[in-house]
Amino acid sequence: MARYPDVRKGHGLTAIDAVTAIVVLLLVIQMWLLTATLDAFLAGHTETAIPAAIVSGILFAACFVMYRFVARLDRQARSGR
Amino acid sequence: MRNELEPRSLDSGSFEKEPLWRDEFSISKADERYVGRRQLAKFLTLGSLGMFAGNLWIVVKSWFRTPARYTSSVVAHAGEIPVGGVKLFQYPAPGDQCIMVRTAEESYVAYSQKCTHLSCAVYYSREHDRLECPCHQGYFSIRDGSVLQGPPTRPLPRVVLDRRGADLVAIRMEPEI
Repeated sequence: MARYPDVRKGHGLTAIDAVTAIVVLLLVIQMWLLTATLDAFLAGHTETAIPAAIVSGILFAACFVMYRFVARLDRQARSGR
Repeated sequence: MRNELEPRSLDSGSFEKEPLWRDEFSISKADERYVGRRQLAKFLTLGSLGMFAGNLWIVVKSWFRTPARYTSSVVAHAGEIPVGGVKLFQYPAPGDQCIMVRTAEESYVAYSQKCTHLSCAVYYSREHDRLECPCHQGYFSIRDGSVLQGPPTRPLPRVVLDRRGADLVAIRMEPEI
């Protein structure tokens, strides 16, 4: 009976922590991007809106891929129990 | 008789019916950290989606932004205020408070009175020759409305004035608001 996490689980947790840190970093960049774009928009500059949205979309896609990675890792760790 | 306190894995399937407390604590102790991290990752990804949606919203607002239409409005008469004096008026709509300063004998400048930080009313400081926001000490240049100091990041919207005879006429805002 597996009452304690094994070595594989420990590695899984390290990987999940690393991915979570990257996702946090991407989210901070997105927050800055949104703030800067909103500021520019309110100042009457709309030319930055589309490039900012594209970059934000790429960052979201990266976050989603990271989340899928976390979910997959989690599934693997559970099934390997 | 089985022991209810005995730890076991969720997928053991060794009992015909799970005890009641399993409904509330459906995750084994060893898996708790995984669930916490997975949920955090999900939460962060949803936050990322929210940021992306915010950027898309700005794009949509930019697309559907129509150029503002301003009407000319006489806001003061030349010589009505002394050099270094101030006059408040409303432009382009009633309720849009603006401030006009006579900086020299023949020089008038006017700006929106709303601070671009948190919309407090700015006032003219004759001592420092600048517009000051008393809320968070945001200072703006009287020459062009640019930020000199403080938390505001955007300049004050300027009211473009036109001298028509003895009248000072507001014709538009820069940038458009």
